Amino acid sequence: MTNVLTLTNVSKSFGALKVTDEVSFAVPKGQALGIIGPNGAGKSTLFNLITGNFLPDTGSITLLGRDVTRSPAMDRVRMGVGRSFQIPQPFEGLTVFENLLTAAAYGQGKREVEVQDTCVSILGDTELLSKANTLAGSLSLLDRKRLELARAMATGPKLLLLDEIAGGLTEGECLALVATIKALHAQGITIIWIEHVLHALTSVVERLLVLDFGRIIGVGDPDAIMASKEVREIYLGMEV
Amino acid sequence: MIWIDVLVQGILLGGLYALFAAGLSLVFGIMRLVNLAHGDLIVFAAFAILLITGTLGLNPFLAALLAAPLMFAAGWTLQRFVLNRVLGKDILPPLLVTFGLSVALQNGMLEIFSADSQRLSVGRLESASIDLGVVTVGTLPLLTFASAVGVIFVLNRIFYTTALGRAFRAVSDDPTTASLMGLNPKSIFAIATGLAMVIVTLAALYLGMRSNFDPSIGPARLLYAFQAVIIGGLGSLWGTLAGGAIIGVAQTFGAQINPEWQILAGHIAFLVVLLIRPRGLFPRAVD
Repeated sequence: MTNVLTLTNVSKSFGALKVTDEVSFAVPKGQALGIIGPNGAGKSTLFNLITGNFLPDTGSITLLGRDVTRSPAMDRVRMGVGRSFQIPQPFEGLTVFENLLTAAAYGQGKREVEVQDTCVSILGDTELLSKANTLAGSLSLLDRKRLELARAMATGPKLLLLDEIAGGLTEGECLALVATIKALHAQGITIIWIEHVLHALTSVVERLLVLDFGRIIGVGDPDAIMASKEVREIYLGMEV
Repeated sequence: MIWIDVLVQGILLGGLYALFAAGLSLVFGIMRLVNLAHGDLIVFAAFAILLITGTLGLNPFLAALLAAPLMFAAGWTLQRFVLNRVLGKDILPPLLVTFGLSVALQNGMLEIFSADSQRLSVGRLESASIDLGVVTVGTLPLLTFASAVGVIFVLNRIFYTTALGRAFRAVSDDPTTASLMGLNPKSIFAIATGLAMVIVTLAALYLGMRSNFDPSIGPARLLYAFQAVIIGGLGSLWGTLAGGAIIGVAQTFGAQINPEWQILAGHIAFLVVLLIRPRGLFPRAVD
């Protein structure tokens, strides 16, 4: 099986603080990988390194067999990295449909007419069809989260990065979103998902990675990881 | 009757101010960049048109048509290689750079074109007028106003119905997120400044045909442009047209009372609007 993404000894510091410490892992094609860890463990920084918002101090990042360690963010989008943000960041002055259209046209380097149909079907998949002409700035939280997902999908990703997309949602909303993500995963998209809502995460991912103080302290089968004493102590902060 | 005439003349003059302001408004709206050299760029474009009319013997309108792509290239280059480097969280560096550019442009033009007053000559059109029954309006002022309406209409069409316009709005919302959607904010900024320079060329054409210009008049044009943008409300292009008209009307009414009052009346109108509506008349709903 080929790897969509490979990180090799990636480190990143902000001043004296090492937020990513010699991180190495690979994600095979089609896998859904979950990332958990306490606040400040460096999870979002890891995403920023993968998308190219931050450049690593040392180490290398390979995307679909190509070294992208120094490539700018927009090149990586065109290669197939789609991302949703922890705090939804839609283009508020654009309608929901325009948000998708822009992401799809520029993310895939195509003309708008070529991507219109795809955008409509993504709106359907993410249950946003009725909000297509609403300004993104006036959406509810669930719809903003859906738009994050939809917009990431619109860039035509081979690798989808989800950053706490279930956070802040009610139980019912969360289940609906999980169903959408499962459906996307079933289409064969590789997913890396950072999440605090563990039951949502473990119902989708096949592999779990635990981050603490920028280091990987465990990676493997979700059940085994959740059962390990070390993870329970560090991540859940309790002795069970 | 004379007051209706004054009102109409003022509104038409506002078209010229709106043309000065549209490019400024475009650039500010997309990248929060205040271009202090905007007025001098208008004068620069006017000299460029003058140079083309002189050397090729063309009518100013055709000369402007030739100058427009050159100005687009100049704006694109300026943004790509200079202004993009100073854009950031701190608003001071771009202000300093464009202020420096303003000084350099004024002195450069003084060196090349001298301090002599110039004019773009269009023969009979300069004094032609149309009788509308109640008032008689100059053809050139009417053309200016129509051009301002046209420019704003086209800009709005671009903004709301094209891929480029959506990209403008997306990078204006959030350049970082935009780059994760595959947009390149820096090259989109360069296109925006190029487009602003095309509008500047049009503004320069009417400025040069309607009044004398010399290398020193840029800053005052910048001031009118600013006032029009702020009266209209930041981010609203039709508001900018209204802002231009308000300054124009204030100026013509001021001049009617006493010719010395023309410029002052415009500034007073600006201050009054600031007092009553600090965010302008038509501020953008989502800010």
